[in-house]
Amino acid sequence: MAVLVDKDTRVVVQGITGKEGRFHALRNREYGTQLVAGVTPGKGGQEVEGVPVFDSVAEAVERTGANTSLIFVPARFAAEAVLEAADAGVDLAVCITEGIPVMDMARVYNYLRGQDTVLIGPNCPGLISPGKANVGIIPGEITSEGPVGLVSRSGTLTYQIMNELTQRGVGQSTCIGIGGDPIIGTGFVEALERFEADPETEVVILVGEIGGTDEETAARFIDEHMSKPVVAYVAGFTAPPGKRMGHAGAIITGSSGTAAAKAEAFEAVGVKVGRNPTEVADLAKEALG
Amino acid sequence: MDLLEYQGKELFAKHGLPRLDAEVIEKPEDARAAAERLGGGAVVKVQVQIGGRGKGGGIVIAKTPDEAEAAARRMFDEGFKDMPVTRVLLESLADIREEYYMAITLDRASKRFVAMVSSEGGVDIEEVAERNPEAIRKARIDPVVGIRPFQVNRLVGGLPEEAREGAAQVLRTLWDILVAEDATLVEVNPLVLLGDGSVLPLDAKVTIDDNALFRHPETLRFAEAFHLDPTEARAKEHGLQYVALDGEVGIIGNGAGLVMSTLDVVQQAGGAAANFLDVGGGAGADVMATSLEVILSDPDVRSVLVNIFGGITRGDLVAEGILEALKRVDAHVPIVIRLDGTNAEEGRKILAEANHERVVPEATMLSAAKRAVELAKGGAA
Repeated sequence: MAVLVDKDTRVVVQGITGKEGRFHALRNREYGTQLVAGVTPGKGGQEVEGVPVFDSVAEAVERTGANTSLIFVPARFAAEAVLEAADAGVDLAVCITEGIPVMDMARVYNYLRGQDTVLIGPNCPGLISPGKANVGIIPGEITSEGPVGLVSRSGTLTYQIMNELTQRGVGQSTCIGIGGDPIIGTGFVEALERFEADPETEVVILVGEIGGTDEETAARFIDEHMSKPVVAYVAGFTAPPGKRMGHAGAIITGSSGTAAAKAEAFEAVGVKVGRNPTEVADLAKEALG
Repeated sequence: MDLLEYQGKELFAKHGLPRLDAEVIEKPEDARAAAERLGGGAVVKVQVQIGGRGKGGGIVIAKTPDEAEAAARRMFDEGFKDMPVTRVLLESLADIREEYYMAITLDRASKRFVAMVSSEGGVDIEEVAERNPEAIRKARIDPVVGIRPFQVNRLVGGLPEEAREGAAQVLRTLWDILVAEDATLVEVNPLVLLGDGSVLPLDAKVTIDDNALFRHPETLRFAEAFHLDPTEARAKEHGLQYVALDGEVGIIGNGAGLVMSTLDVVQQAGGAAANFLDVGGGAGADVMATSLEVILSDPDVRSVLVNIFGGITRGDLVAEGILEALKRVDAHVPIVIRLDGTNAEEGRKILAEANHERVVPEATMLSAAKRAVELAKGGAA
């Protein structure tokens, strides 16, 4: 077991004929992920290293049984690509694209409510279940199979923590990069729910950062619904208010969204918070016993 | 992108909202003539991207052109809360009967927008929320269906009868503006009822979604009026994600989260970061050179910490990029480099072999931060 992606995941890559899409699609396949199709409107009938390209996601799903879409479409068309994936009925859509307008994502998010398609991202590195499937841009080499579930708003910071875990001989069930935008499909709570239900996951690491109140919401959820231990890390203690720190969603507005408030919320419900990536890896190892 | 008040009001006017007669000036000597054209007296308002203008002396009621000029001169000369002032807005005096508050903003928690109308305005809305919460009515706006008539009616229903129709018109228009201009915040504090019974926005606070600027080239020109720290301006020219901070350790990293974490770790080591700089994925020599140039142009920087975790980015290429960059940039301070992840070992080997006098390799993020702080404080390289 793992969450969201595994050996049964069949990936269609939207934007497979672009530079990024092609590179990562093939990398995911090399990792062992089932890459069954690509989509680029107008390029149906072509192939990318043996992967058939279709004009639409619906066609790709119908012909190849794809159940997961990985999206590398440019920002101005990416919201449309997510809607298309959902309309084609995939179980999971993973949107890597950075820079999608907030209004576009707000509409997509609300359109998807009540539908069966789960959205990861946008502005995220995707997700990996080590040894099973890699869907996105996470470097598979630094991961290893094991009992730790990881959910994070960041990319490289997550790699750093995965690497520290792997160095300690602690493997991961699934690592989910949920994305750094103000509006993302799957949040901490939905990811935690899945880890709680996954028999392979024993401990969860949550990596948050400044901006919004999703960490505070996650803390309440952990308190009320999680039986498995959760440890946390929050980036941005030294970030000044009102400044966007790289990620569109990483901004302290007024007194809301500070790292200190988030760390306090976790500690108040007994979730240990590491002061740096090294410490949080140690905490996860301790929690495994 | 936070618009200045006069810019927000330009957008408001474009969408048909009423406004007072007003003029924007860029030098104090223009204040007198502007005030005369506005009828002698004027409200003189400093144009800055930060709040607290009312309490901070940034809004002055001038009864005569002399007073208007004096107020404007003081604003230009003194700046506002350490920010240089390049624009001052003069508005005609209005017969204000009542002040309200109105805003629509992105609500990240509900993934919708929230519209708020308060019968108390002209003061800090968070304070009203605490002291007199009944004054504020709120509604969640679904971005798919937009603001509905029943919501508008309920929201303005807390205002006096005579202001409701005008306020409803403003509220509907604010939603149209938010959608048409890709704003994540439109706030009017105060919204005023004038002696003649009309309702209009006396202030405008508008935040435009940076990600949507590609479809608003005409909005982009507003940025020319913003104050930028010189290093920030340089970074922006080169398309780098850069934020100026107050410390002495220059920071370069890849990935927003990792860079934020690096700033924190530098503080834990007893120092302070001079900046946030994310070079993004797959940074080559060009980006590294530009980043180093930008950071070294900050006179406060005493050491530089490069923290790279190679995922897709390969450590050997990063190392080569840094050495290439050092050929182009005159590094006058030590540069601590920590490489980890993909091909990090090869990268460290390349750095060791090059043996550059300014380069200080470190194995971990924590040891690198400690070293960079020591060096910034004058420790031996």
